[in-house]
Amino acid sequence: MKYETVIGLEVHAQLKTKTKIFCRCPTEFGAAPNDQVCQICLGMPGVLPVLNKKAVEHAIKAGLALNCEISETTKFDRKNYFYPDLPKGYQISQYDAPVCMSGHLMIDGKKIRIHRAHLEEDAGKLVHAGAAGLHGSDYSLVDFNRSGVPLLEIVSEPDITSPEEAKNYLTELRNILRYIDVCDGNLEEGSFRCDANVSLRPVGQKELGTKAEIKNVNSFRAVQKAIQSEIERQSKILDDGGRVVQESRLWNEADGKTHSMRSKEEAHDYRYFPDPDLVPLSIESAWIAEIRATLPELPEEKRQRYVNSHGLSLDDAAVLAESKDLADFFDETLKLGANAKLAANLLIGPTTAYTNDNKIEFTETKLTAKNLADLIAAIDSGKLGSTNAKKLLLDLLATEGDVNKVIEEKGLAQLSNEDELRKMVEDVLAKSQAQVEQYRSGKTKIRQFFFGEVMKISKGKANPEVTNKILDELLPQPEST
Amino acid sequence: MITSKDVEHVAKLARLALTEDEKRLYTDQLSRILEYFAQLNAVNTDGVEPMSHALPVVNVLREDVVETPPGHKTLLATAPDAETVTSSAPDGTEESKSFFRVPKIGD
Repeated sequence: MKYETVIGLEVHAQLKTKTKIFCRCPTEFGAAPNDQVCQICLGMPGVLPVLNKKAVEHAIKAGLALNCEISETTKFDRKNYFYPDLPKGYQISQYDAPVCMSGHLMIDGKKIRIHRAHLEEDAGKLVHAGAAGLHGSDYSLVDFNRSGVPLLEIVSEPDITSPEEAKNYLTELRNILRYIDVCDGNLEEGSFRCDANVSLRPVGQKELGTKAEIKNVNSFRAVQKAIQSEIERQSKILDDGGRVVQESRLWNEADGKTHSMRSKEEAHDYRYFPDPDLVPLSIESAWIAEIRATLPELPEEKRQRYVNSHGLSLDDAAVLAESKDLADFFDETLKLGANAKLAANLLIGPTTAYTNDNKIEFTETKLTAKNLADLIAAIDSGKLGSTNAKKLLLDLLATEGDVNKVIEEKGLAQLSNEDELRKMVEDVLAKSQAQVEQYRSGKTKIRQFFFGEVMKISKGKANPEVTNKILDELLPQPEST
Repeated sequence: MITSKDVEHVAKLARLALTEDEKRLYTDQLSRILEYFAQLNAVNTDGVEPMSHALPVVNVLREDVVETPPGHKTLLATAPDAETVTSSAPDGTEESKSFFRVPKIGD
């Protein structure tokens, strides 16, 4: 049977704060175990959590960037469950009054709705020491450094219909959070984590099928693979007349499959109630306006502007907007009067190849917007040919320098002087009588040879247009064949 | 009405092992507590905002400024059980990591 895939994604984004959400412990990654914990994030009796203002502001900012409604009043609730990484026996989260509601983001012109986004604290980390591992021992070792780190859980509506779309959604979401500087989006360090709810339904059916929740997917590539494998697993069950069990499944990168996490029958009874230690939060419109004023231009707006005002293709616009660093640099170059298409071509082609080859970030290159603008001006005015322009760009990525000086010093300037070029063409033709004869006899393809010789003599500096014009003048009329 | 099944469920969630006598006792006590709520339910609350906190206070917030935490030694000294794992790097230097040791909870 033909099935339709329905995917909803839950992302846990770590908010970029110096301290945890309810205490003043630092959040820095990589500290020695249990060195970033205190009485509050350990849940000792009698302590009082106090909400971090920055975490709330980041959550509001993310909500605005994701076109959400920001709740006027919101509160924190206790989500009760027992697990060794949870010192209090409950996680402080938001149940029925999340800070952000009903938003959306755009991927390739399609709107993916966001159901809600709420603030919560992260749990600690279990360390399965020893050969016996967790299952073999009767105790766990716990590092509580992450306990109380602020998270924004962003829940999409089930609007995603393919593994690729899931990847695109995550890419765009992470990009937005990075643009607004509320999350560093580092998957390896766990500051951007994703669970995927996947279900199938026969094409045309309205109601949703039974879903499985896939956990432990820690790269965008893994998300795609995990969802694909889950689609195949569920299709097979349904094809065989079986029934999908609602459960959590763990993605295993090694065997490329999802595995049941042994569904606990009573797992979903969290007995939420308002946390009496925390007072409600009232978010006034003035505060929202203040935060809205700090929003930068977002990826979708940038893409639209690049296409509509600067004539870029949607693909090129998307590549530039995918990195805020690259996009900001491109904008700065445009401000210096550079030709947008040339700037985009140089940044997307040779520059990206250079950063990929050298495994560095764009910000680690030595290129400045002024240099790129000067380089483009030199190309525009005919001073620099395209071959030498690319060479010079590679120099400017690797070392600092003044474009016009380097052009002089390295003699890269394009040769457009007709008299000089005419002399070169004459020399080439005089030395290549045999080829000239071939040309005359009708083998006009050999014209490329003369062009190449002129380039060789001029060390790539000959202006191609002028060279071609002179070749037209000086080559004999070929006999028609 | 609370049944002994409800009590077993709640006890399991709270990781409590109850004897049959305790189950009977708590079934009875919890039922009477809920009966009291049934009395409260009789009050007409139409048009009354739900209250999530007893104090008429909102927005208790703090600035995002770090305070140096006590450190693992101090905190682990207060824990009933802890473990320090020492491992040596290829270059011979030793690294110790200290953890809370907690009983394995769960299924």
